[in-house]
Amino acid sequence: MKLRIGLSLLALVALAAILAPWVGSHDPFAPDLFNRYAPPSAAHPLGTDDLGRDVALRLLHGARVSLAVGLGAALMAMLVGTAAGLLAAWRGGWWDAVLMRLADALLALPALPLLIVLSALDPAAIGLPRGEAGADILRIAVILAAFGWVGVARLARAAALSVLAQDFVRAARALGVSETRLLLRHVLPQLAPPIAVATALAVAGAILAESALSFLGLGIAPPAASWGNMLANAQEAVFAAPLVALWPGLAILLTVAGCSLVADGLRR
Amino acid sequence: MIAARLAQIAITTVALSFIFFMLIGLMPGDPIDLAIAGDPRLTAEDAARLRALHGLDQPLLSRYFAWAAAVLSGNPGFSRLFAQPVAALIGPALLSTLTLLGFALGIAVVLGTALGVLAALRPRAAPAVQTLALLAQSVPGFWLGIMLIVVFAVWLGWLPAGGAEGGWRALILPVATLAFANLAGYARHAASAMAGALHDPWIRSARARGASESRIAWRHAFPNAAVPVITLIGLDAGALVSGAVITEALFARPGMGKLIFDAIMGNDSNLALLALLVVAVVTMLGSLGADLAQRALDPRIR
Repeated sequence: MKLRIGLSLLALVALAAILAPWVGSHDPFAPDLFNRYAPPSAAHPLGTDDLGRDVALRLLHGARVSLAVGLGAALMAMLVGTAAGLLAAWRGGWWDAVLMRLADALLALPALPLLIVLSALDPAAIGLPRGEAGADILRIAVILAAFGWVGVARLARAAALSVLAQDFVRAARALGVSETRLLLRHVLPQLAPPIAVATALAVAGAILAESALSFLGLGIAPPAASWGNMLANAQEAVFAAPLVALWPGLAILLTVAGCSLVADGLRR
Repeated sequence: MIAARLAQIAITTVALSFIFFMLIGLMPGDPIDLAIAGDPRLTAEDAARLRALHGLDQPLLSRYFAWAAAVLSGNPGFSRLFAQPVAALIGPALLSTLTLLGFALGIAVVLGTALGVLAALRPRAAPAVQTLALLAQSVPGFWLGIMLIVVFAVWLGWLPAGGAEGGWRALILPVATLAFANLAGYARHAASAMAGALHDPWIRSARARGASESRIAWRHAFPNAAVPVITLIGLDAGALVSGAVITEALFARPGMGKLIFDAIMGNDSNLALLALLVVAVVTMLGSLGADLAQRALDPRIR
C-alpha cells in the first residue's frame, strides 16, 4: 500500500519532469515584466512570479532539476556506499575501522554548514565546471553524494556482515570460488533490499538538501528553475504575493514523501 | 569512555580545522583581491606588499600552521566583515542558536514522544500519527517557515516575520518551524519502542499482579522505550544544527548559522573557520552528552 502510494507520487513527478518541455505556450524562462505576480488565470493556472514567469511551468521544469539532482546524488551515494560497506564487511579489521570511523564522523557533523562551504568553493579549482544548469546539477549531486554515501554504507555493511557469516559463504569458499566472484555473485544480490531502502532515503535527503542549498542561493542558479530557488524568490516577495511560495514547497513535500513511502514500503 | 570520546572529538576537530582551512583556501578571491576591487587606487605593488604583510604570499600549508598557532594561543583574529574580534562575535551568536535549538529540541522530543506513545497505546490513533510523522519528515523546514510567516506575520499580523527584536515573540515561529521538522523521528522511534516494550514479558507479569494500565504504560514500558529516543537525540544532533542554520537564514536571526553563511559569502575566513569549528564541536559534544545520558539511564550498556 505504502509502496504503491509512494510510487504513484514519484510517477506523477517523473511524468511532470518528462513532459515539461511540451506543456504550455509560454517560455518559463522569459520574463514578462508587465505581468508580475499575476493572480491565477486561464493563461497562468498558478499565476506568475516576480519576473512575470508562469509559476506552473516553472514548477514542471523544477521537477526535472529536483529529480536529476536527487537521482544523480542517490545513484553516486549508492555506488560509493555499497562499495564502502561491502569492503568494510569483507576486509574487516583496519579497513572496517577507518571506513566506519569516517562514516561516524560525517554523520556526527552538521551537514548543512559543510555543504555551504563546499557549494561556495570555486568548482573550477576541483575540476568541476560552473555556469550552465547541467553543470550546477552535477556539482550539487557530487557534493550531496559526498555526504549521502554514509547511510548506504552503514546499511550495506550490516547486511553484508550477516550474509558473510552464513554457511553458504563458507561452502562457496570451500569449493574454491574466488573472492571476487563470491562478493559479486553470492553476497551482492542479497544486499539489494537494504540498499534499495537506503537509496530511496538518499533520494529524499538529496532533494531536500538541494532545495535548501538553492534556497540559500548556493544550488541551482537562476534563470534555471529549481523548487529551492523558486522558494528563495518567493520569500523575498512574501508580503506582496504570499501564494507564490506555496507551490514549490508542496512539490518538494510530495516528492520527498513519495520517496519516504517507497523506502517504508520496501522495508516490509 | 568519556576520555576516549573526548580524544576522538579533539582529533576530529584538528582534522576538520585542516580540511576547512584548505577548502576556504580554495574559495575564489582573497581579502586583498577584495581590497583591490574596493579601492581602484591600490597598485599592484601595494597589493603585493599587503599580501606579504598579512602572510598571504605564503603557501597554504604554512598559513594553516600560523593560523592554528594563533588560535591555540587564544587569538583567533579579527572578522573582516564585521571589523570585530572573532571571539566577540561568536559568543552571542552561539547563545542565540543554542536558545533556538534548546526550545526546538525540547518541544520536538516531548511532543514527538507523546505522539509516539499515543500511537502505541491507542492503535486507532496510529495512522494519524504516522501521517503526521511522514509530513513532518518530508516538509522542507524553510518552506514551513515561509508558510508560518505568511499566516502569522502577513495575514494575521500576530508575530514578527523575523529578526531578533521582540524577545520571545520573535522566537515562536523559528522554534515552531525547527521543532516540527524534527518531530518525525522521535514520534516514529517512540511508537515502535513503546509498542515493543509493551510486549515484554515483565509487562504481562505486572498486569498479572494487577497493576493499572496507566502504571504499566508509564512506570514499566515507558522508561524502556525512552532509551532509543535518547539515542536518536545523539544521532540527530547534526541534522538539528543543520536545521537551525537554515531556520536562522530564513528568519534573519543573528546566530551561528547566519554568521557562518555571511562569513563564507563575504570571504571572511577568520570568522568562517572558527564559527564552523565551534558548531562542529558543539554538535559532537551534544551527541556525546546524549550518549552519556543513555548510559546513565540504561544499565545494560554500562
